[in-house]
Amino acid sequence: MNETTLQQSIKKTSKKSELTAIKPAPITLKEHIVEIISDSGEGAQKCGQSLGSIAAQMGNGIWTTEIIPAEIRPPARSVAGASGNRIRIGAGRITNGGDETDLVVAFNEQVLLGRVRAKELKPGCVILLESMWRAHADPKVVASYIETYDALVAAGYKVYEIPMELECRNHVADAKRGKNMFALGMLCYIYSLELKLAVDQIVQTFGKKDRSVVDANIRLLEAGHQWAQDNLDFCYCIPAQRSTEPQIVVNGNTALALGVLASGMEICAMYPITPATSASHYLSEVFEKVGGMVHQAEDEIAACAFAIGASYASKCTVTITSGPGYSLKQEAIGLAVMGEIPLVVVNVQRGGPSTGQPTKMEQGDLMTAIFGSHGDAPKVVMAPGTIEECFYSIITARKIAEAFNMVVVVLTDAGLATSQQPFPRPKFSESWMAPPIDQSPVPEGARPYDWDETTGLARRFIPGQPGGMHALTGLAHDRDSHVAYDAEINEQTLRFRSLKLAALQKTLKAPAVFGDRKGDLLVIGWGSTKGAIEEAVETMRAEGQKVSSTHLQFLQPLPPGIKEIMQGFKQVMTIENNWSDRPEDQIIDETNRRYSSLAILLRSRYLVDIDCWSEVKGQPIKPSTIRRVMNEKLKK
Amino acid sequence: MNMMSATECLLQMCDEHLELEDYASGVPRWCTGCGDNAILAAVQRLCRDEGLRPEKTVFVSGIGCSSRFPHYMKTYGFHGIHGRALPIAEGVRMARPDLNVFVNTGDGDCCSIGAAHWIHAIRYNMNITVFLHDNQIYGLTKKQASPTSPIGTKSNTTPRGSYLEALNPLSVTLGVQNVSFVAQAVDWIPEVLFDIVRAAYHHKGLSFVRIVQRCPEWLPASLDPWLHDPNRVQLLNHENGLQSSAGLSRVYRNQLQHDPSNIDRAREIASSTDTVPVGILYRNPEVPCYEDLRRIDELRTPELTRAGLNAELDKYTVWPQEQKEMVA
Repeated sequence: MNETTLQQSIKKTSKKSELTAIKPAPITLKEHIVEIISDSGEGAQKCGQSLGSIAAQMGNGIWTTEIIPAEIRPPARSVAGASGNRIRIGAGRITNGGDETDLVVAFNEQVLLGRVRAKELKPGCVILLESMWRAHADPKVVASYIETYDALVAAGYKVYEIPMELECRNHVADAKRGKNMFALGMLCYIYSLELKLAVDQIVQTFGKKDRSVVDANIRLLEAGHQWAQDNLDFCYCIPAQRSTEPQIVVNGNTALALGVLASGMEICAMYPITPATSASHYLSEVFEKVGGMVHQAEDEIAACAFAIGASYASKCTVTITSGPGYSLKQEAIGLAVMGEIPLVVVNVQRGGPSTGQPTKMEQGDLMTAIFGSHGDAPKVVMAPGTIEECFYSIITARKIAEAFNMVVVVLTDAGLATSQQPFPRPKFSESWMAPPIDQSPVPEGARPYDWDETTGLARRFIPGQPGGMHALTGLAHDRDSHVAYDAEINEQTLRFRSLKLAALQKTLKAPAVFGDRKGDLLVIGWGSTKGAIEEAVETMRAEGQKVSSTHLQFLQPLPPGIKEIMQGFKQVMTIENNWSDRPEDQIIDETNRRYSSLAILLRSRYLVDIDCWSEVKGQPIKPSTIRRVMNEKLKK
Repeated sequence: MNMMSATECLLQMCDEHLELEDYASGVPRWCTGCGDNAILAAVQRLCRDEGLRPEKTVFVSGIGCSSRFPHYMKTYGFHGIHGRALPIAEGVRMARPDLNVFVNTGDGDCCSIGAAHWIHAIRYNMNITVFLHDNQIYGLTKKQASPTSPIGTKSNTTPRGSYLEALNPLSVTLGVQNVSFVAQAVDWIPEVLFDIVRAAYHHKGLSFVRIVQRCPEWLPASLDPWLHDPNRVQLLNHENGLQSSAGLSRVYRNQLQHDPSNIDRAREIASSTDTVPVGILYRNPEVPCYEDLRRIDELRTPELTRAGLNAELDKYTVWPQEQKEMVA
């Protein structure tokens, strides 16, 4: 859209508004959670993402979460088919998806019902509901709509019926496709966001397409804005403070892919698997521009083996997968451990076991990450806790993999993968990149596995280095890489490979404590629960509770200083998104209770009676849930 | 520019010239009479004759008797895990176009546990020379039927004889899209074995060489009918393939003129059961190599990375107002 059309339209808008009702004064809010939901393919995702970006540009804190049905195209108007986006907009920094929704835009009443039944909506929240179903040709649809509408009103929700499609038809022929922009226009009005930013979004999204597409979308956006202004009796304002530093807004998978770009790795080998694939999609798009390539292998095992072959002969390589794929890679990961080949393995966790819940969030793979592969196979395990950490953890993982000739597993999850949160724009540093591979002749007498007695580290010989020829093997081997038939050599080499983890542990810093170092309750978490735990702790501390939290980015090895931190608290517990037996179950007691993963690790390492609470609902744990759990724990 | 004297030149050539023992490492722990020994001898000869730099040469293998191969070469070697030699070798090839990459795999390794990778390796057609050491039996795990065991083979898992017809590795390979080189050798004709190994090495693309080999320990007599009757070995000759020497022709009179560019004929020859075809069945140097299709000409320099990363970050950046105006 050019400037003239924009000015004309703004002029038109302002002229019209003089004729209509006076705009109500905006109600100032600290934060709000907004949802836009529709059938799959109606564009609610796009609308939500745009709203998040606009709010971020205004200077609001945001966290967006995708609402994804399990099927590609679930039947239209189905309770399980809700597709869309949930945006938490705040006056300050937002670190997680928050609690229940305050305002929802729904394109039909069935997808809305799905959200109501999932208890995702705040009691009495505002609902903007597409009203076309009231006049639908099918009397069943009409009946269902009226029944739902009446029930929602009776339950105390503030339901606004909005003829979205009807209004859109005044501007475009196919209203079903553009309705999301009408909704975006309404939301821009409701949250007092600058319409110009939304126009920019449209130009950015559809810029490559026909001008008429851009213009049609802008017309719908403006129509939505105007309609809301003319017809709604409320509007909000969430104070924003523009950042003085540039921020980037991406989801966790894009952040991972950007991390791969920045880390200097040259090859990513993968096999398609939800919810990891979008990272590889993005990488496939951009990696070649910086001299990298994405290899889609014939299966998960081949992807891992390909990555290992490339790492062995050159720089460290990455393979990106999710739970089932991670299971398949175990034998190959063991080979990399045995051969001491650097390798980065990203596991975007999903619900398990087996096929489990492909699009849902869970932190169920920690034990597999640490103990996976047969025999003693020590590897490094890291878990980013924020979108920003998704980016930097890949750079760190690459460095550790090459410095220690180890496998580094990076655990994210479906929640981080699809959530967006702004973070300061990274400033590229050459130190992020791997140096060129060593092709110099190997010194006379040097051996392919000359393990250091203290650290277990050995220099790696790379094909091409004269004098370094040896047969790397997955069999137990000695310093010359000769097959060790001697059990004693095998034991020594197990020791060296294990020592490398200790050597890394010596370089790690103690984790930070969120809150005071002394108190009644310490919550320990890992991975994507970080924002929600810290928000809950902050709220409770403001209420005068003596609670703190600490969040672990390294799970293997565990950083030093955890025991000292725990000693400052009367009680310690972990809160995790994986299974733990419920103590209230009749046959569960201290002799058989299975704890959450991190709790097991901490209990076994520190011999401290650490409790755990976990939930496996396939979605992020809400800060309000964490507060409830902590309050219950404090009463014990 | 420094000019070398003739003597210096000669000395350097002597220095760079490597003998067979320069490629040999350790004493092979294969059984006496095992076909793997013949393959090792042919490959070491190839390395010497072609003057392959040991540090620029990698042998990748899986698991099994044949996969011990890299331990007996004084080159780089990667003795990996069962069935996965091919994807590992593909990774090596992708990362390092300057290396000579070979794969040694057995009938269990390639045609059973690694069968998926076999099919796809042919389709990728990366420049790798693959030796299928086919002795029709699992040797290292002590005699179990493999996919290429002839029907009726008595083994520890098939004491009353194996139940299924043997899988034909040549037919399978020739049935996959992008196949570019298929040859068959037998361990008891070292001269042709070497010629085939050399032709495979010189082919650009994935060269698949099936070597029918004896297992004196577990199937000592199974290949006797072919060994003792030279007429059951059919040598494939062609001006674009191999040419049998006069000496060889006196012993092996069953010879066939076969143009290796004819894939339909290659498929027919591959499916013959009473004679063992030996020679190049199919060769097509025009099939593109995956690594060439995927090769990135851009070097992964810090400058390129900085520019590429910043261009991507620009797409997602929310600028502070004044900077945004500056950028605009």
